Parts: sequence; C-alpha cells; structure tokens
Amino acid sequence: MSNTSDTKMHANHGADANLHGEKDYQTMDHSKDLNGKKPSYKDLAVEFCGIKMKNPIVAASGTFGFGFEYADYLDLSNEVGAISVKGLTPTPRNGNPGTRIAETPSGVLNCIGLENPGAEAFVRDILPELKQYDVPILANISAADVEGYAFMAKTLSVPGIAGLEVNISCPNVKNGGMAFGVCAESAAAVCKTVRENTNLPVIMKLSPNVTDIVEIATAVKEAGADGLCLINTLLGMAIDIKTRRPVLGNLYGGLSGPAVKPVALRLVHQVAQAIDLPIMGMGGIMTGTDAIEFMLAGADIVSVGTATMVDPCAIGNIAREMHEYCEASGLNHVSEVVGALEPYRF
Amino acid sequence: MSGYVEMARVLRNEQIGADVWIMDLYAPKQAAEAEVGQFCNVRVTGGTAPLLRRPISYAGFDKIEGTITLLYRVVGTGTDMMTHLKEGDTLDCLGPLGSRFEMTDNMLLVGGGVGIAPMLCIASKLNEIEDTTRYTNEEDETVIKPVAAKKATVVLGFRNESETFWADLFKAYDVPVYVTTDDGSVGTKGFPTAIMPELIQSERGEIARQLTPFLHGEAAGEHSVGAEAAATAENVVAAESESSEKVASIGFTSVLTCGPTPMMKGVAKVASEFSVPCQVSLEERMGCGTGGCLGCGCDGRGGKRYKVCKDGPVFAAEEVFFNE
Repeated sequence: MSNTSDTKMHANHGADANLHGEKDYQTMDHSKDLNGKKPSYKDLAVEFCGIKMKNPIVAASGTFGFGFEYADYLDLSNEVGAISVKGLTPTPRNGNPGTRIAETPSGVLNCIGLENPGAEAFVRDILPELKQYDVPILANISAADVEGYAFMAKTLSVPGIAGLEVNISCPNVKNGGMAFGVCAESAAAVCKTVRENTNLPVIMKLSPNVTDIVEIATAVKEAGADGLCLINTLLGMAIDIKTRRPVLGNLYGGLSGPAVKPVALRLVHQVAQAIDLPIMGMGGIMTGTDAIEFMLAGADIVSVGTATMVDPCAIGNIAREMHEYCEASGLNHVSEVVGALEPYRF
Repeated sequence: MSGYVEMARVLRNEQIGADVWIMDLYAPKQAAEAEVGQFCNVRVTGGTAPLLRRPISYAGFDKIEGTITLLYRVVGTGTDMMTHLKEGDTLDCLGPLGSRFEMTDNMLLVGGGVGIAPMLCIASKLNEIEDTTRYTNEEDETVIKPVAAKKATVVLGFRNESETFWADLFKAYDVPVYVTTDDGSVGTKGFPTAIMPELIQSERGEIARQLTPFLHGEAAGEHSVGAEAAATAENVVAAESESSEKVASIGFTSVLTCGPTPMMKGVAKVASEFSVPCQVSLEERMGCGTGGCLGCGCDGRGGKRYKVCKDGPVFAAEEVFFNE
C-alpha cells in the first residue's frame, strides 16, 4: 500500500486545521496493554429497554465489526455498555463495489452496503465467540421486505442476543433499508412484524432523512417498539472536481461524525419531547461532553460510532469522561441529566 | 493482531523530494512488534478536521532504539500538516497494523512511487538474524540455529530523474537497485515490468544480464549516472556475475511489490509467467484501519471477502488479482 492519492491508503484526505491550535480531544493513556480489567463505573450503569448495561454507551453498528476486533483496545466486558454488531441481512452480502469511504469536513461518508455473512452464519459462527464477553449484544437487522424482517427477528431471537436494533434507515441499499424508515406506514409494518416474531426488546433505528421524524417515531411506538435509536446517517455526497466524478462508488453515502451532531441533537430533542419511549441517541459523539449533551436533550443512553474509527479506544475514554463529569457535577448517577435541559435564559 | 495507540515523539522530519518527506519517530511499543509490510495509522490532529487517520507503511523500524520511519508523499491537507511537525513534537500513531511480507532467501522487490517505502523496510532487514530456529540436540541442549542473511534485488519505478532520491534511500543497504522511469531520463524507460523478465531469467543463469543497475549495493554511495560512473558500472557487472553464480540455479524465490495497483497487477502477471510466487501490498481507502468499518473490503479468490486493513495489506497476488 502506498499513499498515491488523496484518501487512499497512506494518503491524506483533504481538510483544514492546524496541528497545534485546536482543541485536543485525544487522551494520552490508551493502548492495548490491558492485561488487567478496566473499571466500570457505578454511576454509569443503566438499564435500557430491560437490558442491563455497565455504562450508557453502545458501540454503534457498522463501526465496531462484530466486537472482538476491539478486544485488544477495550475491556469489552467493562468499558462498553453494549455492542450493536455489523448490520445483518437474511442472506450474505458483499456490500457495494467501488469506493465505500470518503472523508468530509469533520465527517465521514460511507456506502458500505451492509456487507455481512448473513444472519444464520452469524448465529452459527460468530455469536458463540462473543459469549466470552460479559456485554449485551444487540443484533442490527435489515431486510428487503417485511417477510425478511420476520425471518430476521426469528433467526436472531436466540440466547446471547439481548435485543434487536431494527434498521429501517440504511441509506446504502437499493431495496429496503431507508425506504421503510421514511414512511410511517411501512416503518410501523416492519416494527409490528418484528414485534410479533420476537420476545426480545425491539429498538427501531430511525432515519434523519425524513420530513417529520416524530410522525415515524409515533407510528413505531404504536406498532410495539420498546425503544428508539436515532439518528442513522444523513444522506450525502462527495465530488472530485479533477475527475468530475462522484467519490463514492454508490454515488450517495451516509454522513456521520461531528459534522452531523447538531442535527442529531435536534432530532433527539424533538422526539424526546413528543414520545414517551427510551431513546438511544447518536450522531457524532466524540467525547464525554458530546454524550452528556445528548442525554440532556433526552437520550437515555448514547451510541458511539465514527469516534471508534478515529480512536479504537474512544468508547472507554468517553465512559471515563462521563464518569468524571458526574463526579465534578456532584451527580450520583448519570441518568440524572437525562432530559434535564433547561430553557434558554434570556 | 492489534496495534498500540502511541503518542510518538518526532525525531526527524525532512523533505527528501519535491513532495516526499521522511519522518523518524520514537514509538517503542509498535517498533518492538512491527514487521515488514505493516503500517501505522496516523492521526494528524487531535481535532476533527481532518477526522480520519492516515495509513502509512513502515519504511523502517528499529526494535532496539524503539523508532519507526515513515516515508510520505504530500497529497492532501493531512500530510501537509505532517510536514509542519518538528523534532520533539508528538504524533498519534496507531500500529503496527495489518499483515506482513513473508521474506524469502532471494527476493525481487518492486516498488513504485511511495510504495517504495515497504521495499526499503525489507532491504533494511536482510541481515537481521532475529529469525531463529530452535531445536533440541541429542545432548538435550537447546540449539539456536541462525537463519542465513537474505538477498534482494530492487526495481524502482518513478517519474523521472528528479526522483532519484527514491533510489538513494537504498544506498545504506547491500542491494543492487535497478530503475525505470516514465520518460527514460534515468534507467530504463517504462515500468518495472519492462525489466523484470531479464532480471528473473538472468538470476536463474538462463541468460546474461545486460542491464546496468542504478545502485550496485556493496559500493554504497556510488551512482552509475553519467560518464564518470562508467568504471563503477563495470565493477557492478563483475560483482553481479559473481553473486548470480552462487544462486544460478535457484533464482528469485519471491517477488514482493508495492505501488500503484496497475503496476502491481503487471508485476504479478510477470511473476506468474515465470512461476515466481508474488506478494502484493494493496492500496485502498480505509476508514478505521482496525477491521471495524469494512470501508476497505475487497474480493478474494473463491468468493472470499477480505478487509485490506486487517487481512492485508499484504496478500499473495493470486488471492486478490484472480480475474485478470
């Protein structure tokens, strides 16, 4: 591999900043040599949709492999609240051809296209490996039609899975995916089907690419959802002016990272104000401060994705920062900040 | 295997070509475990722009000194930011990551552009006898049998004579270096594939080698550029024929290559025609570098799927170039 062009191996994705003048998000003490366990913090332990978690941070689907890729970087049993595994589908998928990752200002566009070995291979070959870790596993499920979601719910309702994260918001697959999540009727239909085919908690992962997210959230609540996860990525695009071609093989991709955080905070706040369901908030969380902001906006727990791509130890660092925030603020428990946003003071 | 996140201290950061820099860093954890062909993923800022890390191959590492060496081309804002680092500054390096090149007794190393970096790394490790074979003898003693030093011949492809600094990097090592350039201003005009057949066949003793190396190897510091180098070139030929007699019947036992994908596909094709096993180091956009995001997924032979960052970047050529 060689850095022959921008954003390729070894290369450098364009962006602007200077080396020394910015707020420094990174911490020094993170490396894989943790023969001993890392602490879990009592003031961060939570229960979400009946799932007991040692902290309120879920490793986001699509950024954490199947989990064990990060076992050398994090103490999965103590530093990670739950793991949402790479999005699963009824049959194996190779994902999209061509370029699947592009860096954008303070963000990442991806169009992976749900590459995965299929639900049955996951249950047979991968899930047993995950049982060595004391961490709840969420199965992130997608399908091309409602029947496919029924199959997924049945196939993944097995010991070792703590809950189903129902993806009706993937922007990168032609059939299904986001199409279900942008219409209240189809979102409810998927939710109802999954609900009928599992006894596990059903968490609906919502798309931000909608006119009225509260309408979708209301519909899935009525269809039996136990919780909500928002936001999935924002549909975006990158263009190379030298070649006059799109950067991504799939033309469009999903935008994540700090660039989307203000949008995500607003959507979490809107849904939390309108709907009485537990919320997993996500979108550009890089620090403990970001996570606390989401909880103030109304998220019960949070999910961290893009930050792991930048720093494989990010989740552990964010948990520690949340704990430090609680101590510094005199909180007995982090849940005290959930929905605790005060009105603007004029 | 997984890497370490290290706040590495910059020891040297120098421009060696128009847009190419070399950086030495003190990163003892990854230096201790690094292997040829592996890379580190560099975070150029603690802020969010640019957000992702930049994967850069090790151009060298010293396990005792605890240092790593990175060769990088300035191709965007991220690498431009790296050029501003000074001795004593720190750089967040995650490594070692990825798979390694398997070194063999007599290698043909083919590098193009900044893909020359891992070839330089291999050249620096030819005489390291850390690879040892242990066995118990009849007296029940543990015997450590040192593995013989390895031999390599280098082919470098670059644009023109303004980039001879690539070849100069190999002066410190005992390897003959042959050069091809796009315009023929130095070495042979064309791509490395143009001279591979002669090198492979002459190494087997099947034909006489007519090519003149740019660098001879043992005569460190001497160029064969221009008239004043003519005498050197003769010496080179003599030394070459001596060494090729020693391995005449064996020839190259592997071709290792890194560079632009079209070049590597050509190199792999020539290697295959002469039945020499070939390893390639793929270039691919990466998201995380740690196997989590699948941004660098690629097709493998027989319907397999690989992650370039974790299963690669080094693959047996036939595993990833299977439908050419």
